[in-house]
Amino acid sequence: MAVMTFAGAALKNFFSKPVTTKYPAEPAEYKERTRGHIEISIDDCIGCGMCTRCCPCGTLSIDKIKGTWTINRFDCIACGFCVEKCPKKCLTMVAGYQTPDGEKETVTYTKSPEVLEAEAKQREEMAKKAAEAKKAAEAKKAAEAAKAAEEKKPEG
Amino acid sequence: MGKRSVIPYGPQHPVLPEPIHLDLVLEDEKIVDVLPSIGFIHRGLEKLTEKRDFNQMVYVTERVCGICSFGHGYGYCDTVEHIMNIEVPDRAKFLRTIWFELSRLHSHLLWAGLMADAFGFENLFYQCWRVREKVLDVIELTTGGRVIFSVNKVGGVLKDITPEMQKAILEMLDYVEKETKVLEKTFMNDYTVQSRMKGVGVLTKEQAHALGCAGPFARASGIATDMRMRGYAAYGELDMEPIISNDGDCYGRCEVRIGEIYQSIDLIRQAIDKLPDGELAAVVKGNPNGEYFMRIEQPRGEADYYIKGNGTPNLDRMRVRTPTFANLAGLCEVLKGADYADVGILAVTIDPCISCTER
Ligand code: SF4
Ligand code: SF4
Repeated sequence: MAVMTFAGAALKNFFSKPVTTKYPAEPAEYKERTRGHIEISIDDCIGCGMCTRCCPCGTLSIDKIKGTWTINRFDCIACGFCVEKCPKKCLTMVAGYQTPDGEKETVTYTKSPEVLEAEAKQREEMAKKAAEAKKAAEAKKAAEAAKAAEEKKPEG
Repeated sequence: MGKRSVIPYGPQHPVLPEPIHLDLVLEDEKIVDVLPSIGFIHRGLEKLTEKRDFNQMVYVTERVCGICSFGHGYGYCDTVEHIMNIEVPDRAKFLRTIWFELSRLHSHLLWAGLMADAFGFENLFYQCWRVREKVLDVIELTTGGRVIFSVNKVGGVLKDITPEMQKAILEMLDYVEKETKVLEKTFMNDYTVQSRMKGVGVLTKEQAHALGCAGPFARASGIATDMRMRGYAAYGELDMEPIISNDGDCYGRCEVRIGEIYQSIDLIRQAIDKLPDGELAAVVKGNPNGEYFMRIEQPRGEADYYIKGNGTPNLDRMRVRTPTFANLAGLCEVLKGADYADVGILAVTIDPCISCTER
């Protein structure tokens, strides 16, 4: 048995610099992979809803028509599942934690007007095309029905 | 016979940062009986399987415990992988082993600090946690989180450990090994420390066996039980022997855990040395259908997972038995006959994790 076994370490601590940093006076150092919070490059989002469905906390919601993506940062556990699932890779996990607050507020990201306009135009075009296709199909059906009726007539 | 009195201990107590309540029946300064009660931190994580699919559950199980978080995520994934007959790539197995041992390293250093705090050696406590901080730094470097790793998924792992990171890990191991030698000297040889630990709370091998104790608590009583010897993940390809002590007292438990710090360091070095190339994850198709029971070694002892799937994304049942649950009976046994002043130390020596126990 020995006594004062810790004396060496204690003395060393006495004369060495503190290991702690004076946060927030000195900024914290983050590692490259640090899971702090989610960022989105909203203009790349296609509104597929993959992220909202996979999130274990139900933190996310999207509105495809309005082009918005909403996150409740206080509910997000920074697991990174949505980042992994997003097919367009528009979600990223970046350093920096959510600052505390008295209320749980949501943050909404909206697509830029140009992208929204382009998307609306695209939707309109698609709707038009679909309507045309429907019309054509109906006309074809009507023609076939008329033809069938014609073929039936001579017999009767 | 002296006068008997009942003293409540916990759920909030300065020595023990875990919400367990003990009713201590005292005769003068000696404890004659203990009645434990838990249930202060139940979160219903097992029930969540009904609402979350089996992939989302990985992140839920990780949050069963804040210290052995990686182990819980791993145990869950491995169980589901067995049900679905998924062959996990070798590299993923080795990476999981490295992370598992890193989590054991930080858990044991945390325990050493708490132990020093329990017997009032604040300076030693700081020293242990300062060393632990280096392990946490490396964990953050490789996974992105300090305690919640979130690198597991059903089928493999999400992130790789690059050669630079391996170098950082090896450097950290050298530092931790060097510092642990300093700590070991104080824990194992110091007169004051020994007067609080030697002969305190002795649990014999027979008692430990009869009460079903697990992990370092059982190994300190001479039972060579270590689930890593089953060879799950990459443990089958690494050299290891369970570390045991025959003292059965607080000193023995400390000896075992310090031994395991060196063992973890050695296992990580071996795993990095043998790390094979290859894929990080296997492709997962379909939903789990069937049941499986898995035993793994957490830093605190043996943890059991039982999962039953029914072919839908939501599991029928998930059950986790954590090591502290097994060790509570042993704790009550060692408390009987102990001094009142030793309750704090004895409660810490089982390395209790009550939030794990209640999930
Ligand atoms: S990081 Fe996890 S919790 Fe946060 S939004 Fe993405 S999936 Fe949801
Ligand atoms: S998964 Fe990606 S592309 Fe799909 S809605 Fe979410 S952010 Fe947009």
